[in-house]
Amino acid sequence: MSEPILSLRDVYADIDQYHILHGVDLDVPAGELTVLLGRNGAGKSTTLRTIMGLTTLTKGQVRFQGRDIGGTATPAIARGGIAFVPENMGIFGQLTVRENMVLAAVSGAMDEQRLDWIFEVFPPLKKFWNRAAGNLSGGQKQMLAIARAVIEPRDLLLVDEPTKGLAPAIINDLADAFEQLKQQQVSILLVEQNFNFSRRLGQSVAVMSDGHIVHRGTMAELAGDEDLQHELLGLGLGAHQ
Amino acid sequence: MSAPQDIFDADTGNRSWWERLRAFRQDKPHLFLLLIMVVIPLFLMPSSTWAVLTLSGLAMGAMLFLMASGMTLTFGLMNVLNLAHGSFISLGAFAGATVLTMWLNDYTSGSLWVNLLAVIPALLFALVVAGLLGVLFERLVIRPVYGDHLKQILVTVGGSIIVMELLQVIWGSNEIPVPRPEALRGALLISDAIPIIGGIALEKYRLLAVILGLGVYALMLWVIDRTRLGILIRAGVENREMVEVHGYRIRLLFLAVFVAGSALAGIGGAMWAMYREIITAHMGEELMISVIVVIILGGLGSVRGCFYGAVLVGLINLYVGYLEPRLAAVATVGLMVAVLMWRPQGLIPVIKV
Repeated sequence: MSEPILSLRDVYADIDQYHILHGVDLDVPAGELTVLLGRNGAGKSTTLRTIMGLTTLTKGQVRFQGRDIGGTATPAIARGGIAFVPENMGIFGQLTVRENMVLAAVSGAMDEQRLDWIFEVFPPLKKFWNRAAGNLSGGQKQMLAIARAVIEPRDLLLVDEPTKGLAPAIINDLADAFEQLKQQQVSILLVEQNFNFSRRLGQSVAVMSDGHIVHRGTMAELAGDEDLQHELLGLGLGAHQ
Repeated sequence: MSAPQDIFDADTGNRSWWERLRAFRQDKPHLFLLLIMVVIPLFLMPSSTWAVLTLSGLAMGAMLFLMASGMTLTFGLMNVLNLAHGSFISLGAFAGATVLTMWLNDYTSGSLWVNLLAVIPALLFALVVAGLLGVLFERLVIRPVYGDHLKQILVTVGGSIIVMELLQVIWGSNEIPVPRPEALRGALLISDAIPIIGGIALEKYRLLAVILGLGVYALMLWVIDRTRLGILIRAGVENREMVEVHGYRIRLLFLAVFVAGSALAGIGGAMWAMYREIITAHMGEELMISVIVVIILGGLGSVRGCFYGAVLVGLINLYVGYLEPRLAAVATVGLMVAVLMWRPQGLIPVIKV
């Protein structure tokens, strides 16, 4: 494992009166794709939102590239180099695809070369460039959400369940896109329920249960150990399609 | 009016006129209503009266739009109900009137340019003073109560009372007459050769109000539709959190919009002062009813809706005021009730996540 780009130490977070995270310890190695697995309600999304500053950190430390970003405001965290694709994708439906992208290119003009690459990976975005993003299909919205996150070079991508509700063919396209991002050495923290998708992409893996991390290791190790999968996720590969 | 044409072009051509009308009503409710509003009175009064009332209604609509647009944006972007918006209108009126009085005491010339030279600084002063109050108000009054409508209502009504009392402390509690510049008095006579509106007199000041209102509307649409700031505002109306996730500080954006909205209310107030030629500290409070009707009618948060809402309220006020003066005030609220029964979300709703 290389040096972590992001590390969480003993992180606690609450939503209203509920304690959601109880002491999360997590490292995201630089230049790798890390998958965060776990059942519904384990605290995966809250972990991402806490990193992003959207859920308040009540205790513990979040270090990004060596700097403590716990308690920093969300816009500053974003400008520091972290992009976040939430579970509901957070598309601006009333804006066109182009306007969504213009907004995501925080520094000003969009880089033509990067845009060409995005069009190559996600052709529908080019086709519907001037259409309202709200009219896109679920898969196309997910493409737009990921495209927004990568229109400018970022140091870390946080992606929450990109495959949720998508058709298998589209999930395949998404996996191809993540492969390309991996080749560019972008560090990614991916929350997933789809184990096949995670197994194909993930290099390291962490499993959450009840607000903390219960397993850390390489994806190869977890993928090869069905008993461990049963123990951690309650499901074997065969059942978890 | 090119918009209905677009709908008709998209048709295959074999739909009946009735279906087309229904599609038009469905797709462009604001234009549909405006068309009805303008056409029906034409049968109830002489055409020259109709033309004068229509211009006056448009002028009133333009001023209402200036006053209401800031409030609708504030609500749309940050979900803040600022019931003190009326005090910005009053402040703008007093600030504008003060500059105007000082200027016109020195120059009694009837020249259009000298007069405009007095009107422009008066409007600019109203804009700046109301904008500055906006900065202060956002800091002191609004910021502590984000996200809580009940507190917003209580605190902004309180703030509004304080501002109005301060206005009375500074300018006194009597009504103040506002001189309208010489060149903006009187009317333009339309040549008899033109049908329908031939021979009527169009009041110059109302023409100016319409031109200014349309200018501000065009500028706002340009900013909102074409600029990066506009994209951010629209995105913020839809989903504040995602705007922050992209690295933008929504609070700064909101402050900017709040100040712009306050400044516009100030200009609207100054325009209204010159229109009525008399002002009181409570004029803003009285106008707030119309302002609230306008923004609800148009769809909360929508600038386009606000514009059409303001024009509709202005027109119905003038038409009904002519046909049955006692019903003028009822008509405004009646219009809102009728529209809400038809479209509870307003004419041009803004969709939020």
